[in-house]
Amino acid sequence: MRAAWATGVALAAVLVGPAPLFAHEGGAAAGFLSGLYHPISGLDHVLAMVAVGIWGAQLGSPAVWALPVTFPIVMALGGMLGLLGVPVPGVEVGIGLSALALGAMVALEKRPTLIVAGALVAFFAIFHGYAHGTELPEGQNGLAYSIGFVIATGTLHAVGIALGLVHKWERGRLALRGIGALIALAGAWFVWTAVAG
Amino acid sequence: MSAVLGKGLYLHLVTTGLGPLFDGIGHVLVTPEDLLPLIALALLAGLGGRAYARRVLFTLPAAWLVGGLVGLALGWSAPLAVTAVSFLLIGGLVALDRPMDERVGVALAIALGLMHGQMSGAEMGAAGLGTTGLLGSVACLFVLVSLIAGLVVSLERPWTRIAVRVAGSWIVAIGLLYFGWTFAT
Repeated sequence: MRAAWATGVALAAVLVGPAPLFAHEGGAAAGFLSGLYHPISGLDHVLAMVAVGIWGAQLGSPAVWALPVTFPIVMALGGMLGLLGVPVPGVEVGIGLSALALGAMVALEKRPTLIVAGALVAFFAIFHGYAHGTELPEGQNGLAYSIGFVIATGTLHAVGIALGLVHKWERGRLALRGIGALIALAGAWFVWTAVAG
Repeated sequence: MSAVLGKGLYLHLVTTGLGPLFDGIGHVLVTPEDLLPLIALALLAGLGGRAYARRVLFTLPAAWLVGGLVGLALGWSAPLAVTAVSFLLIGGLVALDRPMDERVGVALAIALGLMHGQMSGAEMGAAGLGTTGLLGSVACLFVLVSLIAGLVVSLERPWTRIAVRVAGSWIVAIGLLYFGWTFAT
């Protein structure tokens, strides 16, 4: 197992190593960093994605990995729609609702079936992806942007899952429900501003 | 559509200053269009077990070399959008982690090697790196596949296998965005 870890570290060094070399391509490094930054540039996106991770942790296996797998794939599908210019109505409201609904699920510690939970996460992922897809900066390297974007999204889910690890303690469960309530409140605010704005 | 399909050649060649062999090695490392499907196939090979991983370790570089020689000879590259299919197909198989017929898996490695090798060879030809550059690329991907597949084969805890599947889903997500970007620009 120690050898596996050593190989993993060496491999990570090899795979991360090329990143500085992207600079030689002209624009790829900027595209990667832009994609990396985009999901964390808006609190609405951040809270919804962290909520997915926390909810997955509350639900346990297999939801703990199924939800964070579902979200990036469907989000990318939404991003593709945005890139192709396919109209999707109510994107900002949808993003606000995602924080509201997912936060509420965490706060109430709801335990629907995996299919229902997956469908809910997938539905909201479309709006997040669409918003990101339409906001792809002009002249960026699309593939480098996509790589950074997916890594950032996955990392936010991982943060949520890591927070959710406290679920095994009674106080941890309460704390998670409190975080869920805060996310839901923030979501209500996002919906309000989207509708009023 | 024709405008998209016309975009065949995308140069990601680096000049290391150490000659065509090292330029070829660098080419694989700075070409995400090749690198990510390569990583996905190595992950798939590792998930498939030792025997399958060993087969992929030798069939993929061999197919890549053949495809590369064809690309060098023809000087023509397959459309850019084709590489997105590799992301979706192989990344999807990693994410699903379903038992797969070994012959199908090997055929997949050969197809990937031929296709990406051909594109890589065409780029090498255009940049004047020739067969030496191609050999550098093949050597590099051999090392990458052996490291990644070896790492995955050695994983014992259930959650580590899940982490590999998550990596596959990320590659699918990148492929979807890349596909949209390819057709949007």
